[in-house]
Amino acid sequence: MKKWKMTKTAKNNFVTYIIVLIAYIVVQILLKSGNMSSLMEGLLVPLCIYVMLAISLNLTVGILGELSLGHAGFMCVGAFSGAFFSRCMDGVMPNGIRFFIALLIGAAIAGIFGILIGIPVLRLKGDYLAIVTLAFGEIIKNLVNVLYIGKDNNGFHFSMKDSISLHLGEEGQVIVNGAQGITGTPHDASFTVGIVLIFLSLFIILNLINSRDGRAIMSIRDNRIAAESTGINITKYKLMAFSISASIAGVAGVLYAHNLSTLTALPKNFGYNMSIMILVFVVLGGIGNIRGSIISAVILTLLPELLRGLSDYRMLIYAIVLIAMMLFNWSPKAVEWKDKLKEKYFSNISFRKEKEVK
Amino acid sequence: MSLLEVRNLTISFGGLRAVDDFNIEIKKGQLYGLIGPNGAGKTTVFNLLTGVYKPDEGIIRLEEKDITGLKTIDINKTGIARTFQNIRLFKDLTVLDNVKVGLHNHYHYSTIEGIFRLPKYYKVEKAMDERAMELLKVFELDGEADYLASNLPYGKQRKLEIARALATKPKLLLLDEPAAGMNPNETGELMDTIRFVRDKFDMTILLIEHDMKLVSGICEALTVLNFGHILAQGQTSSVLNDPQVITAYLGE
Repeated sequence: MKKWKMTKTAKNNFVTYIIVLIAYIVVQILLKSGNMSSLMEGLLVPLCIYVMLAISLNLTVGILGELSLGHAGFMCVGAFSGAFFSRCMDGVMPNGIRFFIALLIGAAIAGIFGILIGIPVLRLKGDYLAIVTLAFGEIIKNLVNVLYIGKDNNGFHFSMKDSISLHLGEEGQVIVNGAQGITGTPHDASFTVGIVLIFLSLFIILNLINSRDGRAIMSIRDNRIAAESTGINITKYKLMAFSISASIAGVAGVLYAHNLSTLTALPKNFGYNMSIMILVFVVLGGIGNIRGSIISAVILTLLPELLRGLSDYRMLIYAIVLIAMMLFNWSPKAVEWKDKLKEKYFSNISFRKEKEVK
Repeated sequence: MSLLEVRNLTISFGGLRAVDDFNIEIKKGQLYGLIGPNGAGKTTVFNLLTGVYKPDEGIIRLEEKDITGLKTIDINKTGIARTFQNIRLFKDLTVLDNVKVGLHNHYHYSTIEGIFRLPKYYKVEKAMDERAMELLKVFELDGEADYLASNLPYGKQRKLEIARALATKPKLLLLDEPAAGMNPNETGELMDTIRFVRDKFDMTILLIEHDMKLVSGICEALTVLNFGHILAQGQTSSVLNDPQVITAYLGE
């Protein structure tokens, strides 16, 4: 009997998966019954993207305890490498496989960038990661804006000047066209794919946290000196957490690229503001609280859209909700009240679930 | 055979010789005390032994093996574990997980096995749980295994830190003021625990302490530091009766 009892964390994770699943089912029902406005329908994939970004940044901020201000940069890297691959391979291989490989490529390249930044910066003590990632995000965005890559019979051509200096042959076509970005990326993203990717990210992050490596990562967050003298390899585990976090942001980027016909790197989508917005999701949802990140990402993405009718008061209400959420999540009184509520109403339910699972 | 052998260890910070010509020899299974007034350089010696600082001069040998200048994690892997004067627990991890971090280098499965929950994950985690609970039982912390470390009362936090250090399977355990902030009852209990650890784990222990009752009660040999120099060294009773030591502690 006792052997099969779920631990508290396992139960918590289970609830997180269930919440995502229920959200998926509800949305599917709304879609099938035609009760969803086209505006909302268009928001579904971005929602998935923001949720993935929020939980991946929470791995860096909440679990590793380092501040990253360039998460949009990793998303940008993933988006462009994934879209580039898809544009090149469109029609060459079946769509499903091509999209799958694009996702892998996006994850790998974003992860590599994570490691490249992490190797020098994560060895330092202090907030250097925040500064360097901030710069990284801006540099990547500007680099992509002057990047020209074309393809003809002779292979790939590359330039940082303009599309004419690519010297393409007659059959050639420009794939990455500087500030105009990548056009004609196949539209592979859908809500279902987004949810599957959320599940996958959750699976990776939650299982990582509750493993030997996750404990090592959190021990560094809690006390670096003690972790070191307990024999934990600080650099290795910091790099591991940071690169996994970057990879998942890269996957979110690939999804983003395959949801738009034209992919450009603007301050709006890959800039500083975006990185900060993801950080707001994480902070409001609770640092280190993965489920909280999901919920706050959903609420804060939907809210401005839902309030569109109120035009003038929209941002005012948004700001008030931000403050209210912050108080609800962080004030000691509110936390106490939530715990009491949980004990009162949910202790029986969770107990029942425990029995079912066995 | 001596387990730890330190020869003329010296380190300066700026112009100050924090530790000057420090020598010590600790036999296997010994309970050794390092005492001295505040600022004498005791914790600096610990930091030198665990690789937090690199000595300017001198040699540190653990079981004949030269470990001078190794990195902290490598020194831990060769067999020196420590606790801290101001407790350094992983405060947002559970009591059990704190000990499991200590077991980190002795139980292995890969990241992939961990993420995809392959059979090895369950097998190794189970073994880790069992081993960690065993250690917690020794310190009577098994009832609090699911608590966050920061929620433990002070005395138990000290014990947990020792349990975590023991989990790394050290040959030499360094305790930095284990009785700091404890009342006489707790100190008495701690003395029993330290003796018990030495006997049960066959451990060699070097401890820094100000509480003379604890020092004279359990230490077999002492080294007294004053202003970075060794003032006296030898059997506990003879050292404590040394007029120089009494002067350093009590004044003229």
